[in-house]
Amino acid sequence: MKTNKDRCEVILAGSGGQGLVVSGIMLAEAAILEGKNVVQTVSYGIATRGGFSMAEVIIDKEEIIFQQVQKADIVLTLTEEAMEKFQSFADSGTSIIYDSTLLEERRGSNICGYPFTDMAGKLGHVGMANIIALGFMAQKAKMIGTDSLEKVIQERFSGNVMEMNLKALQAGVNLAL
Amino acid sequence: MELGRKVKLMQGNQAIVEGAFYAGARFYAGYPITPSSEIAEESAKRMPLLGGIYMQMEDEIASMAAIIGASLAGAKSFTATSGPGFSLMQENLGLAVMGEVPCVVINVQRSGPSTGLATKPAQSDVMQIRWGRHGDQSVIALCPASVSECFTLTVTAFNFAEKFRVPVILASDEVVGHMRENITIPSPGELAVAERKKPTGEPAAYKPFIADEDGVAPLASYGSDYVFHVSSSMHGPDGYSNNNPANAAWRVAQLHKKIEMHREEIIITKTFDTEDADILFIAFGATTRASRAAALELRKQGIRAGVLQLMTIWPFADKKIASLGERAKTVVVPEMNYSGQVAGEVQRILGAGADIRKVNSYNGEIITPQDILKAIL
Repeated sequence: MKTNKDRCEVILAGSGGQGLVVSGIMLAEAAILEGKNVVQTVSYGIATRGGFSMAEVIIDKEEIIFQQVQKADIVLTLTEEAMEKFQSFADSGTSIIYDSTLLEERRGSNICGYPFTDMAGKLGHVGMANIIALGFMAQKAKMIGTDSLEKVIQERFSGNVMEMNLKALQAGVNLAL
Repeated sequence: MELGRKVKLMQGNQAIVEGAFYAGARFYAGYPITPSSEIAEESAKRMPLLGGIYMQMEDEIASMAAIIGASLAGAKSFTATSGPGFSLMQENLGLAVMGEVPCVVINVQRSGPSTGLATKPAQSDVMQIRWGRHGDQSVIALCPASVSECFTLTVTAFNFAEKFRVPVILASDEVVGHMRENITIPSPGELAVAERKKPTGEPAAYKPFIADEDGVAPLASYGSDYVFHVSSSMHGPDGYSNNNPANAAWRVAQLHKKIEMHREEIIITKTFDTEDADILFIAFGATTRASRAAALELRKQGIRAGVLQLMTIWPFADKKIASLGERAKTVVVPEMNYSGQVAGEVQRILGAGADIRKVNSYNGEIITPQDILKAIL
């Protein structure tokens, strides 16, 4: 997997309600804790749940001029539709990560599936698949420290929900180690 | 509510609310609409904590009326909307112009016509902002291209509204409104905050439409000792109906002149590598960033390109465009509308013979640096 210390471009794609925008925000907040510049953008339709939805995050040491991802280092896809949209990026070196619980299996260089939703279910709630995926990507692409993401979770959640999210994050990180 | 210097991740729409609070806004009336809803949401949450008032209105016509009323009572007031709501606000925006009522209207532009693509960006209200009301009038409109500019230009919008007794339109767009970036919120006192001039003389002698030398009349607050009349119909210096042609000519000219007099202060632009630019991009709002990326790419290829960013879209930056455009061989105007609303203005300034390339997007998609480069190479 490609790593880029100075700049990292990420796309999180799936459907409305999967927590992709929140994951993007958390990733961006963690990057700010590390003193980086970030831009996080969203694209979605008119439905609150369902319908294609995506978040983009750019992390850079320098000023970020154009706000959209131009050459993604990593793309997370949580629906077939999202995969179809971004699969071809793999040919130009983008790592495509998908949820193998939700999507049909795919093979090919730069395309890897992991059972994020299945793992989340075992940890207690399928809704944490996004956090597992976030931990996985952050570790795999070496774009952000686990401790920064932990801090973001601790600021955002409290009590049991915080504990569960911390566990989910760690599960994702471990998966990438 | 602490406003200190801390780097935060913030959405453009949220930064507008922070900017409004920083400027001293204490009244919001609105009807939420995508992609501006976060402004209403955040205002509803925060305004009461600041001792201000948030009012959820029945529609945008009433919202506009309410902020005019609140402003006349002395509060810095604002509303936020998008396409369909902005259309409904036009009539009362005209009232704010005629009555010289300071207020700020945020228009987070989305794709149209009509309800169009509710969640997708556009920059297609440029001419509506300028000419959307009946009756000839001048208007001030500002366009942010980043989350930081959402904050600073909102403060500027309130300052212009207060200084010149006008409604000011902050024309954002869905891209900038929903984008999140790191922002350092200025400390209190770091940015200037203007307050409207109040009358100081005898209340009985107060004439709400007699301007000082700066072209602007002091504005008293409803409920104070100064009792005065504000009307949408043609009125004299005291605010009461007046059908005298000389009076009408004086009033109409006055509404234009007070903006004309302060053009230099009002027109804010930023330039990036324009000194030697053969190719000049003229951009505003979200397309500024794609233009800057395109210009940098051209520089890498040895082509001298630069960007003029129009932070003030109205009044139009005629002088600046004339001076930079004269030097450039090619002028490129990327904008998210079909007809080239800004490109037309640029053509007006540079003349029919100028090489002006339009780059337009009207499908709800963002203009990319590649889209722009295609227009030149």
